[in-house]
Amino acid sequence: MKLPQLNTQPILQVSGLAKLYGINRGCQDVDVDLFPGEVLGIVGESGSGKTTLLRCLSGEIEPDHGNIIFQSSHGEALNLFSVSEAQRRLLMRSELGVIRQNPRDGLRLRVIAGANIGERLMAVGDRHYGNIRQSARHWLEQVDIQTDRIDDYPYTFSGGMQQRLQIARVLATRPRMVLMDEPTGGLDVSVQARLLDLIRTLVTELQLSVIIVTHDLAVARLLCHRLMVMQNSKVVETGLTDQLLDDPQHAYTQLLVSSVLTP
Amino acid sequence: MSANAIAANNTIRLSVESLHKHFQLHLQNKTRLPVLSDFSLQVSEAECVALVGRSGMGKSTLLKCLYGNYVLSEGRINVHFDDGIIDIANTSTQNIYYLRQHIIGYVSQFLRVIPRVPAIAIVMEPLLIRGIAQQQALAKAQDLLHRLNIPESLWSLSPTTFSGGEQQRINIARGFIAPNPILFLDEPTASLDAVNRKVVIELINEAKHDRSAIVGIFHDEEVRDAVADKLIYLSESAA
Repeated sequence: MKLPQLNTQPILQVSGLAKLYGINRGCQDVDVDLFPGEVLGIVGESGSGKTTLLRCLSGEIEPDHGNIIFQSSHGEALNLFSVSEAQRRLLMRSELGVIRQNPRDGLRLRVIAGANIGERLMAVGDRHYGNIRQSARHWLEQVDIQTDRIDDYPYTFSGGMQQRLQIARVLATRPRMVLMDEPTGGLDVSVQARLLDLIRTLVTELQLSVIIVTHDLAVARLLCHRLMVMQNSKVVETGLTDQLLDDPQHAYTQLLVSSVLTP
Repeated sequence: MSANAIAANNTIRLSVESLHKHFQLHLQNKTRLPVLSDFSLQVSEAECVALVGRSGMGKSTLLKCLYGNYVLSEGRINVHFDDGIIDIANTSTQNIYYLRQHIIGYVSQFLRVIPRVPAIAIVMEPLLIRGIAQQQALAKAQDLLHRLNIPESLWSLSPTTFSGGEQQRINIARGFIAPNPILFLDEPTASLDAVNRKVVIELINEAKHDRSAIVGIFHDEEVRDAVADKLIYLSESAA
């Protein structure tokens, strides 16, 4: 039995990150590494800075301080906010994916389902209609949407289906890192369970690195390898998911864990 | 107790050094709850150590510390490799993921059920994670479920609605399907009947034969006598 030889190059390295809208509003002092294939959950109550952090990581809002270094598939270490605007946009359309809580924010509702998937593929240079169509069908299947819905508009889909379409759209360009903001929020529980199962399977099959914001600790337990707890803009505790939920160290984490209702 | 001849040829697999564990309950008057104090232990390949002691003496807490589920207050938990040591209490999360996928198995009393996932898939998963082919994993899962007397009609169902004993057997099958050099067992036979208890005894002895180092809690004396090489008594903490 030999010691493991593990790849210890993180896909994402965040250091000293801050984006504040007021005293302790937003996020500050955030240091975190994400490894290939790892799912990191950010938990905490509303207003703790989870979404602000996620939007900094996705390149949507520029932080006040700190570095976000992304390891590209070409082996370059890219500082998200010192590359050119064009390069950042390309990155966000290809190697990086964002899945929003409200699928309407991540989809174009007046464009057919197939074209929603095709659009992201075209943005990374795919031009062959047949291939795009083929790929759209493949991804619809992956997210359990019947392929004969390919020419339907997303506004004719249920909430759960829209969310699955958004996932298909994002995954079609084979991103290496996906950021999710409450992906199952606002869906009823049976739809939620199906979506969680789907996300869990895809994350494992595609070896995705994921950061997921959620306030639902049951969702966090199911999906995440590691958790980060935020309170008043700061990270108060980080640890393995089961460790953090079963033996929380910080007073706020203890409060969070003990406040969960179990049916 | 069966004196184990193989254990004499002892390669240390796991060593616990001066483990301390207390819980700090911030929300309940900041109560400090001492559980384990200056606890040390060595487990060799092919050896099964049984933890004994009254309820509340910290047996389960100890196992959870060893698995990295609880945070140590002090101490080291060394996993011994041919070419070095990993201290579970002080290592990277990458190493913990690796240990849990390839080296350390943990069978608790309760199955944490994932909604919608069929029993057979839950059992196969540890093999698939190790890169074993689907067909091979499936065959091994079927074999284990047969041995543990889970009717075939249940295999494709989610264990959410299974009885306590059935859920526990799914948990056992999942825990034993992939060979683990280190195995922690927290009351693996708690809600099983005599027939299935015997199967679990066989599985534990097979794991020992495959040179697993095992630490377990077995309230059932028949099971304990059949598998344990050494008893460790946990008593009132002096912390």
